Amino acid sequence: MLAIGLSHYLTVGAILFVLGILGIFLNRKNIIVILMSVELILLSVNLNLVAFSAQLGDLTGQIFAMFILTVAAAEAAIGLAIVVIHFRNRGTIEVDDVSTLRG
Amino acid sequence: MIAAIAFYLFAAVLIASAVMVVTSRNPVHSVLFLILAFFNAAALFLLAGAEFLAMILVIVYVGAVAVLFLFVVMMLDVDFSAIREGFQRYAPIGGAIGLVLFAELIFVFGSWSFASDAAGLRLNPMEPGADNTREIGRILYTDYVWLFQLSGLILLVAMIGAIVLTLRNKPVAKRQDIGRQVSRMGSVNLRQVRSGAGLAELGIERPPVEAPPEPKRVEHHGGGHH
Repeated sequence: MLAIGLSHYLTVGAILFVLGILGIFLNRKNIIVILMSVELILLSVNLNLVAFSAQLGDLTGQIFAMFILTVAAAEAAIGLAIVVIHFRNRGTIEVDDVSTLRG
Repeated sequence: MIAAIAFYLFAAVLIASAVMVVTSRNPVHSVLFLILAFFNAAALFLLAGAEFLAMILVIVYVGAVAVLFLFVVMMLDVDFSAIREGFQRYAPIGGAIGLVLFAELIFVFGSWSFASDAAGLRLNPMEPGADNTREIGRILYTDYVWLFQLSGLILLVAMIGAIVLTLRNKPVAKRQDIGRQVSRMGSVNLRQVRSGAGLAELGIERPPVEAPPEPKRVEHHGGGHH
């Protein structure tokens, strides 16, 4: 119990991942919180990669986590820019209102 | 012992702040709890021995991404009271899907094991006592240099995309239009000037200046107030 191993990290990562998924479902009115949930999901993936990297003694996982971090930062910037112009055009950021394409 | 207590503390705060991110009523509180979650995740990275990633997480996520979120949340004038309406409606299906997903993850978790030759399959084995940051730099700038450049390109494209998306051309803004300046004909022309001659002898050519518009004459009828 007191020796921290891979399983502890994986459990925390799994809980964080599920919380992120839950956040996407619960916050249907606010795209910004959905983007934050996506960040939580990516953070849980990074946690898993780092845990495996530490367990195996292989640095490739940490390199991979760094690339995921890059993509997450780019995704946040683009997503928030889209949210800003959508709010400017429509005056709301509710997910259910995004129906311009009639999809 | 200390490491275990620290792990449980940071993991508990991480999960609690993630719950608060998801369920918080105010998006500003969500962002602040997201920052707390990032700090605790960085602490977990530190405990796992990934010091460089921990520092990068604090710098990039807390310093850039979370502040970007905070900026956008505060910039958009969102009605916070109406934003929680769908919460009860979507809670059952979200909870169900979350439970299923968590059960699946637990099943995966209970049934996997490392390959017997996993230690031999490592691409970049850590040397004992090696500096984490130095090792990552050594690998990143040699084996993964193309991926490194590619991630820089991704960031560049994201930056240009964000600027293009949010740049607003106001009609009152006065900008320099180089194409129009270059294509101005007639008003500016090229003259061959005799060397040694001043402009006063040649006569300076200037485009004819339009006369300022006549001030509109206001008809005063009756002398009353307008």
